[in-house]
Amino acid sequence: MIEANLPLLVPLAFLIPALLIPLIGVRAPGAAYPLALAAVLASIPIAGFGLFRVIESGPVTYTLGGWEAPIGIELVLDPLASFLTLVVTVVSCLVLIHARHVASVEHPDKRVPYYSLVLLLLAGFCGILSTGDLFNLYVFLEISSLAGYGLVAIGDKRSPVSAYRYLILGSVGTGFYLLGIGFIYVMSGSLNMADLARILPHILDQPAVLAGLILMVTGIGLKMALFPLHFWLPDAYSSASSATSALLAPLGTKVGAYILIRVLFFVFDPAAVEQRAPIASAIAWLSAGGVLYGSLMALAQQELKRMLAYSSIAQIGYIGLGLGMANPLGFTGAVLHILNHALMKAALFLVAGNLRVQLGHSNIAAMDHRLSRQMPWSMAAFTVGALSMIGLPPTAGFFSKWYLVLGGIQGSYWVFVAVILMGGLLNAVYFFRVVERVYLPFRRGLPDNGAANGGAEVVESREARFSMLAPTLILAGALLALGLASSFLVNRVIHLMVPAGL
Amino acid sequence: MNDLSTFPSAVPLLAILVSAASVPLIGMSARRPNLREFWTLLAAGAKFALVLSLLPSALADQVAETRLFQISPGVDLTLRADPFGVFFALIASGLWILTSFYSIGYVRGLKEKHQTRYFASFALCLSATLGVAFAANLLTFVIFFEVLTIATYPLVIHKQSPEAIAAGRKYLAFTLTAGVVLVAAMAATLQLTGTLEFQAGGLSAFQDLSPVEVKVLFGMFLAGVGVKAAIMPLHAWLPAAMAAPTPVSALLHAVAVVKSGVFGVVRVAGFLFGPETLGRFGLGEVMLWLGGATILLASCLAFAEDNLKRRLAYSTVGHLSYVVLGAGLLSPSGLIGGLLHIANHATMKIVLFFCAGAIYVHAHKEKINELDGIGRAMPWTMGAFALASLGLAGVPPVNGFVSKWYLGQGAMEAGSLAVVAILLISGLLNAGYFAPIVYRAFFKRSDNFNSIGEASAWMVVPLILAAALSALLGLMPDLFFHFFTLAQRISAQVLEVSIP
Repeated sequence: MIEANLPLLVPLAFLIPALLIPLIGVRAPGAAYPLALAAVLASIPIAGFGLFRVIESGPVTYTLGGWEAPIGIELVLDPLASFLTLVVTVVSCLVLIHARHVASVEHPDKRVPYYSLVLLLLAGFCGILSTGDLFNLYVFLEISSLAGYGLVAIGDKRSPVSAYRYLILGSVGTGFYLLGIGFIYVMSGSLNMADLARILPHILDQPAVLAGLILMVTGIGLKMALFPLHFWLPDAYSSASSATSALLAPLGTKVGAYILIRVLFFVFDPAAVEQRAPIASAIAWLSAGGVLYGSLMALAQQELKRMLAYSSIAQIGYIGLGLGMANPLGFTGAVLHILNHALMKAALFLVAGNLRVQLGHSNIAAMDHRLSRQMPWSMAAFTVGALSMIGLPPTAGFFSKWYLVLGGIQGSYWVFVAVILMGGLLNAVYFFRVVERVYLPFRRGLPDNGAANGGAEVVESREARFSMLAPTLILAGALLALGLASSFLVNRVIHLMVPAGL
Repeated sequence: MNDLSTFPSAVPLLAILVSAASVPLIGMSARRPNLREFWTLLAAGAKFALVLSLLPSALADQVAETRLFQISPGVDLTLRADPFGVFFALIASGLWILTSFYSIGYVRGLKEKHQTRYFASFALCLSATLGVAFAANLLTFVIFFEVLTIATYPLVIHKQSPEAIAAGRKYLAFTLTAGVVLVAAMAATLQLTGTLEFQAGGLSAFQDLSPVEVKVLFGMFLAGVGVKAAIMPLHAWLPAAMAAPTPVSALLHAVAVVKSGVFGVVRVAGFLFGPETLGRFGLGEVMLWLGGATILLASCLAFAEDNLKRRLAYSTVGHLSYVVLGAGLLSPSGLIGGLLHIANHATMKIVLFFCAGAIYVHAHKEKINELDGIGRAMPWTMGAFALASLGLAGVPPVNGFVSKWYLGQGAMEAGSLAVVAILLISGLLNAGYFAPIVYRAFFKRSDNFNSIGEASAWMVVPLILAAALSALLGLMPDLFFHFFTLAQRISAQVLEVSIP
């Protein structure tokens, strides 16, 4: 009974408490957090069981209301969807544990709407992951987007403006996507993904179908902040509350990347599309631009969260590069990077949150070497995250880049190989800038004064509390462990996701 | 491997892990320096004992192998204590013991800050170095190579002075870029040949590639490992890194890190491309040119340095390329000479750095022109210095002579008179830049050092032991460690000739 309903269970586990929280929260605001945490904790074993079940005995399908596809709406849990559902639930659980204190410091009076929106967002994400229907996906996309706009608006003074921008551009994105579905529905008469995958090869020569695909990809590109459609992202991430940006940055764009994979590789046949319109190569080239642009812009930022936001644009570029290569190794690298980047970015944004809460700011220029003594564990986690972002072995970040480089060489995309490796070096520069500032007593142009020798100076600890530190350290530890386990993941899990057409 | 048989064993893994395991212990004993130093010494002793236990099987062509788990399609994280790996691991772990004693004297003598970080990073560096030595395939090699890069950084910036921080940046800029080039070359190799396994004599798959592919790949590999090997023009980080404390310069910048670089050069040349491929595409000659030019230029640049450690650094740059030269000759004696120089240069250069450190701690001098008359105050230190510098110049009976002798023979075998000339000129240049130091120390007089005596026993004993080792290895190259036999076997396996 549970097995048959698996695709529905995780979205429901988020959706029901999301609606309950405002009702209960009117009387008891304190109940919002336990309810949200309970929902996320409950979703992890379900998602874990889902992944296990899918790997053991293949995809699970659920038809809503018993209406058979293609008439009814179908939810499908396949390896890709179940894997990413587990990633979303685990990362959001860690972020939520961390968020409790952040939320009570940064927006104490908005906790009830905050937790309700978080669950709504997650319900949207998991719905997107498990649906087998293009229009249903749009509905979940809007649910998550609207929740996202609300979350971004809960932040500092600039956040309403950022949220408004995010709302306008996000709506344009979902609008494009909806328009694209319209084109395809008119031509094919179906919205079911599996059904479309059978129909589309016969009508792919119709210009309207290709136009529909291009519209959809444009819309998805906006949602996943694919360069040059990224411009909403830095503001939205940096002015949102730390609890929000730690949730949106690792997961939001990844779900966008998932939609791209689903549409491009599972609904359409990438090789057949490529013969008619070079969509995959366009994505790859734009992503390569994004890697360089994001890294260079990150270099210029003075605010840690903004730097991390630009770094996200670069990292999404890596995912896009892997997908655009359209070969199994590149695909593997892209999926692995979705996982790795979700963990790295979560770890780094949690450190940024720790800084905001403990110091009141996350301004790079105002950091100095005392920080490494005040917050030694947070800074150690930051360093591990930075090493992984640079892509140094044996951290997880190395292995996703390794598969991407292998994919690039397999397809003889020498420019992309160069961009992937160059991007790593640029990462090294902008992360090292922070690490050096935090660990070393050195000001450019100023002589080494007495305090520089550190030792004698007594610095009181300002380390974040345990509930904030534990998730940060777990994520950092996972980066080390996942690096060595990456091959296991690729062989047992990601291997199953590679679409047959590649 | 031709006639080597492997057997599963956890010893290579344990040898690597033992010093990494000491890192948390060192960290936890931060407030109890004696206990902390005990962990370092215990790890150093255990590591050396473990490596030593691998020696008999390596000599018997039985190779201990730890196969862990897959890390990439078709590539396992594998450690293999083949003769070459054991050769390098013996040098690094053996000299770590001496350096650990010396470090204790050094950092306590100077009352250095951040001693815990210092000893912890040191232990991690040694783990990475042994990982480099025992790596059975390129991916394992690169993983440890990069860990070594990162673990060394805290030691380079140890003093936290603007100079040290600038040196740290330079170091990372060079080594991280090299790492990227190495990863690209490795990925291309995996795609083109389908394997990353090291094999004595090289992979035959390289012979099927087009000349352009082979040349570009080799260039990338050479650049990737050449930064740590300080092949000119990729050497600039090494003199800058002399801002590090002297024991770091002694063990890492004369033994572990830079020797990992030349170790990589030999691995790539002898175990990946193989002499046949190198010979066919004229790549051995490229190594000869690069190595030869580096030897001569670095020796000339050494003259211009008045800072003792920087002069030693340029000397190191020159001597590292002896190994490159030895690998590039592609002749049996040449390779034996190059390999022996990995060990011999290590024991001699570590003496010189130990001396420089003893002078710095005890007499607070860093410049060569301030050393007039120091030989009378510190006779043991400067005596060892004199012995080691004679060795580097190639004077018998110190061990530097042995490696040069074989290199010279190898050059004759390869019919390359130019290399013989380079070796001779380099010997003269070495004598030229070391002699003034010894002359000033013993034959000039000044009143600077009237009130001081010899440095502390923590420092003098290790440096005398290292000097004695250099002299003994010159008289008996096969003594105890069997460096000579190992080098002979490695050379025979790589060049696929039968051992006489």
